[in-house]
Amino acid sequence: MSLLSYLINGISLGSVYAIIALGYTMVYGIAKMLNFAHGDVIMVGGYLIFTFVSTLNLPIPVGILLAVVLCTCLGITIEAIAYRPLRNAASSLAVLITAIGVSYFLQNVALIIFGANTKAFTSVVSTEPIKLFNEQITISGETIVTIISCVVIMTVLTLFVNKTKAGQAMLAVSEDKGAAQLMGINVNRTISLTFAIGSGLAAIAGMLLCSAYPSLTPYTGSMPGIKAFVAAVFGGIGSIPGALIGGIVLGIIEILGKAYISSQLADAIVFLVLILVLLIKPTGILGKKIQEKV
Amino acid sequence: MKSLKNNKNLYNNLITIGIVVVGYILVTILSAAGVLSNLLQGLLVPLCAYIILAVSLNLTVGILGELSLGHAGFMCVGAFTSAFFSKCTQNTITFAPLRFLIALLIGAACAGVIGFLIGMPVLRLKGDYLAIVTLAFGEIIKNIVNVLFIGKDAKGFHFSMKDSLSLNLEEGGDVIINGAQGITGTPKDSNFTVGVILIILTLLIVLNLIHSRDGRAIMSIRDNLIAAESVGIHITKYKLMAFTISAALAGTAGVLYSHNLNSLMATPKNFGYNMSIMILVFVVLGGIGNIRGSVIAAVVLTLLPELLRGLNDYRMLIYSIVLIVMMLYNWAPNMIAFRKKLANRFSRKKEVA
Amino acid sequence: MKKKIMSLCLVLAMAAMTLAGCGGSSAGSDTFKIGGIGPTTGGAAVYGIAVRNAAELAIKEVNAAGGINGYQIEYKFEDDELDNEKSVNAYNTLKDWGMNMLIGSVTSGCCTAVAAESSNDNMFQLTPSGSSTDCTANNDNVFQVCFSDPNQGIGAAQYIGSNNLATKVAIIYDSSDVYSSGIYEKFVAEAANQPFEVVSTEAFTADSKTDFSVQLQKASDAGADLVFLPIYYTEASLILTQANTMGYAPKFFGCDGLDGILGVENFDTSLAEGVMLLTPFAADAEDAATQKFVSDYKAAYGDIPNQFAADAYDAIYIIKAAAEKADAKPSDSVADLGTKMEDAMRTITVDGLTGAAMSWDADGAVNKAPKAMQIINGNYSLIQ
Repeated sequence: MSLLSYLINGISLGSVYAIIALGYTMVYGIAKMLNFAHGDVIMVGGYLIFTFVSTLNLPIPVGILLAVVLCTCLGITIEAIAYRPLRNAASSLAVLITAIGVSYFLQNVALIIFGANTKAFTSVVSTEPIKLFNEQITISGETIVTIISCVVIMTVLTLFVNKTKAGQAMLAVSEDKGAAQLMGINVNRTISLTFAIGSGLAAIAGMLLCSAYPSLTPYTGSMPGIKAFVAAVFGGIGSIPGALIGGIVLGIIEILGKAYISSQLADAIVFLVLILVLLIKPTGILGKKIQEKV
Repeated sequence: MKSLKNNKNLYNNLITIGIVVVGYILVTILSAAGVLSNLLQGLLVPLCAYIILAVSLNLTVGILGELSLGHAGFMCVGAFTSAFFSKCTQNTITFAPLRFLIALLIGAACAGVIGFLIGMPVLRLKGDYLAIVTLAFGEIIKNIVNVLFIGKDAKGFHFSMKDSLSLNLEEGGDVIINGAQGITGTPKDSNFTVGVILIILTLLIVLNLIHSRDGRAIMSIRDNLIAAESVGIHITKYKLMAFTISAALAGTAGVLYSHNLNSLMATPKNFGYNMSIMILVFVVLGGIGNIRGSVIAAVVLTLLPELLRGLNDYRMLIYSIVLIVMMLYNWAPNMIAFRKKLANRFSRKKEVA
Repeated sequence: MKKKIMSLCLVLAMAAMTLAGCGGSSAGSDTFKIGGIGPTTGGAAVYGIAVRNAAELAIKEVNAAGGINGYQIEYKFEDDELDNEKSVNAYNTLKDWGMNMLIGSVTSGCCTAVAAESSNDNMFQLTPSGSSTDCTANNDNVFQVCFSDPNQGIGAAQYIGSNNLATKVAIIYDSSDVYSSGIYEKFVAEAANQPFEVVSTEAFTADSKTDFSVQLQKASDAGADLVFLPIYYTEASLILTQANTMGYAPKFFGCDGLDGILGVENFDTSLAEGVMLLTPFAADAEDAATQKFVSDYKAAYGDIPNQFAADAYDAIYIIKAAAEKADAKPSDSVADLGTKMEDAMRTITVDGLTGAAMSWDADGAVNKAPKAMQIINGNYSLIQ
């Protein structure tokens, strides 16, 4: 019985990682950059919803919508100012470093505006928890909503990428920027769109992260961000279903590791499994193997 | 032709080492004259450690061409093993330079061995996957150090991964590594002179390696792995070589770092991925593969937050903005073109005048 | 080449700027310069900012009332980002500024690192909240306002034992934190002498502190009727929420780190109902001094002060008492002032927000009575 409840806890935690990883993997897949600031955009999303819903008392859907819109704008702005000028830089590491700069920037802006004190996020989810086996096992409303959101977002994203013109443009850009440009695709606009979608997702992820774990500080996003990055790599970075699988697997490993091996070494266990997975399958669970040619 | 090229390398290397020596002499004179602020005096040893870290990471990132996000882990290994040794032998080896020398060798060797062990399975991964795996190893090292308890009593060493109670020390026993509380009371054996000697050693090792036969083999792997393999270069051997040396040098920096602080702990701030990324920032800002750039960037970026202290709450905010702006200035193709144009105009004006 | 020259110039300019810092150190010998160190950015910023603000508040009061021995106080607070090395940098910066006495560092690890430096200078150092014994051990110049970790761990175990609060106790602690693991170890050691049994000890780390379901599940499976939380309130608020979600309702018992949990903005205080904590301070205590402090602090900084703030506020008044006893003057050299203050500290008793009749032993640890509080109806109340 306890194993089952650990598994459910693992899925709850994993679903949060998964929804963050979706944004990560999306941006990585198209723009081929590790957006280290993604976790912090999630934090911004959390604060925005907190401000709209708890401080300004706006209705929850309005608050969420506003936060998504603002995060989308934030994502586009960050891309235009900090990332786009470096897209053709001599090394792809340059943009990684600016992403770190952006991450520090967002954390410190939040610190100055909202202060360091923890804020308790009021869950925006009102779904009743499901109780199983004479109430021995509870699945919280947040978990249910997170998993449903994950699946919905994953499906929509997959459809969007495969069925729409803009999505096809994204695929083309991710395959070969130069060739895509020759085919008449506006690379800048396509990458902007990717960041817009990624950041809008970050707002939703922030909302669900903070609903499931209701404590909000300027550093809320950074560790889940890293974990979600790990999850995205787990699943095969760039693969949208991979992010979902990677997130859930990571959550389950973390919880089971804590439960059955050692709670002190939980982080080490998660990372060790990651290393083993990558050594056996170097591009992650669902990653594509790319044959390198001379 | 060949000797000229070698001379050019020699000349370049001499400039880099010269900068360090001039810096050392300058600081020593200022310090003797008593005009050096306490802050700068306190920063000297950490600066040396960061320079070594930046140079050693540049070996992996710039010369070998592999992204590593776990460099702080090797530093952590070096710091803890050497501090452990120094604390144990504090009363038996009373001659500090000798104790530090042995500690240094132990720290560098342990970090090197760990680097070798990690490098063996991992270096066959590429790009971002290698980055994430090295990040993972760094975090594992930090996590393990945080739950490591080693104590010493009349019966010898005791070891535990749970808490210091389970060490079952006898009366009068001493907990040396106390989990999250780390090692307290490391003798302060490092100083600026030692730091500079270590920087020069590091530079000599790295620069010599770059310009040696092995170094050219390593760079050929960076530039084109398949081509390098096809001309018979032993890929794994050279990759491992660069990675191990880089790890051992990071361990050296860790030794320097730990023997400058009385209390050593593995926090996310100093040995976590944050620090690994910080070192990477030094390397990228200074120019990938540019050793001298690493030295300068390490100095600039270590001094910067200290200089911004006057800004109080806005300190780290301004720091992040400066970091972004510096990156754009140094790396953006448009900026580079603009700078070239500006430089051309300047020199043309000079010619006219 | 141009670029290289430019970057070299940059380095030199920056070095020159750090040099320039040492100019005005001997200027003001008619004011006491008190420096403070703590994390004001990074994950522990909430504690550093509380200390910075409360000490500033106290200094304003002292200055308005005529200062110490007729001398006004100048105050400067430096950030250490919760990093031992940065903390030493902050200490050196403050020395360049001409600091006479030091409040800090806020956290144990940083405090220990700084103490090693300050003891060389015999700089008088009073830490509001660095609770590890390493801070004060072997450093004659360092004193604590807060309880030391062993004191808290042993105190908590004895309190639970002597009041028969539980027979089976579970512990959830932060194994990557000095404060938390310090208390945890002493608690477990003392628990062996107490009439309760420790049935489950689970840890978490700074990198995995969002999900506590496993730790709670294990406590619940082991049948613990009390969960001991030697942690800070940020994580504790999550633990309480998650325990509530899974329908597990043991008694919760914490130490001074738990204080502040009711001040978390928007926190559902009903979740904390019944939580007990051993803390020297509660923001809604009835006495006039606390009420004045809380309302002044709230007026100036907008937050409800936590126990860190109260410790820092007391620290200033402790410095004042010791300096008056020692007849200290800003013109004393740092080392002389240190000796005077240290002798005075071992003889004075101070009444503060965090304890009545506080006195200090030879090691620099404080003697004061812990108070057991319980959260009832959304307020802290003293358990008689």
